[in-house]
Amino acid sequence: MFNMALHVGSTQRPEAVLFWVMAPMAVLAALGMLLVKKAVHSALLLAWVMITLAIFYIAEDALFLGIVQVVVYTGAVMMLFLFILMLVGVDSSDSLVENIKGQRPASILAALGLGGLLLSLIARAVTNVDAVGLTTANTAGNVQGIAQELFTRYVWAFEVVSALLITAALGAMVLAHSERKHTSQRQLSVDRFRQGSLAQTAGLPASGVYARHNAVDVPALLPDGSAAPTSISPTLQARGDIIESAPFELAPSVEEEN
Amino acid sequence: MDISNYIYLSAILFVIGAIGVVVRRNAIVVFMCVELMLNAANLAFVTFSRINGDLGGQIASFFTMVVAACEVVVGLAIIVTMYRSRRSASVDDASLLQR
Repeated sequence: MFNMALHVGSTQRPEAVLFWVMAPMAVLAALGMLLVKKAVHSALLLAWVMITLAIFYIAEDALFLGIVQVVVYTGAVMMLFLFILMLVGVDSSDSLVENIKGQRPASILAALGLGGLLLSLIARAVTNVDAVGLTTANTAGNVQGIAQELFTRYVWAFEVVSALLITAALGAMVLAHSERKHTSQRQLSVDRFRQGSLAQTAGLPASGVYARHNAVDVPALLPDGSAAPTSISPTLQARGDIIESAPFELAPSVEEEN
Repeated sequence: MDISNYIYLSAILFVIGAIGVVVRRNAIVVFMCVELMLNAANLAFVTFSRINGDLGGQIASFFTMVVAACEVVVGLAIIVTMYRSRRSASVDDASLLQR
């Protein structure tokens, strides 16, 4: 007990210094992730926590996992997070209105209870445990050791996980794909010519054309003098607000002057 | 330093992630907190691997990373789809099944 430095489970002094410098920073960054308002700041703090964990992995003789942590998490996953943040909107910050009354303090209390449970269990289970260390497992090198395990004992899990990756990629493509809803002017004109008749190829007649007034409730006149009902808005037709339009004729007084 | 300190750190990070999941409203931040919890579990795996002198813990951590990558891809696609349909990334707005 009093000879902690020679205890089998204890670590060398440089690692202890590394731990006591980096671990409080990781915890502070994780707490800051909860407290900052902007999502981008949360993402950057999370990236810092992940880099800290990568350093811990390397210190714990898990060289391969440390590098994978940097490449996959801080490289790919955080980049994806920032990309989606920029896509969805950077200023979509949290609303402080509580939907369920008392949810926040209750949930914090429950999470702290979970933490107390976890920490007390760990204190009972693993304090002063004798660590075997990975020097024998890593004799051929950490990457070689992991490769040997991965492709012999865990090869079936490896295959299943590759199927999962492909499924996830396909699912993301299906979910994120959106049909183009906006049709171009060119497509609209092509569609007009391809419909059944060529009667309305130039578009619907505007109201009041060749009629006595050009108000919106006066139907346009077709070349044969009849009124075109399609030139009136369907709303006005439903209300019955349509003025009968007669063909425009010159007033007789004008003819007398000539 | 006792090696169990790594496990304590992992538990603390896990609890912070759990608080974030239940307290924050922005769906992306909630998702990042889930990632923090997964990372904390990975740290525990790596430490257990060192305690037992067996590479199995590191393999488990490796698989966790792969599954987390899948989960991030699908989850972010769901968030983007949700944002497209209701112009908001808040988890409170996705209450269509409520009434």
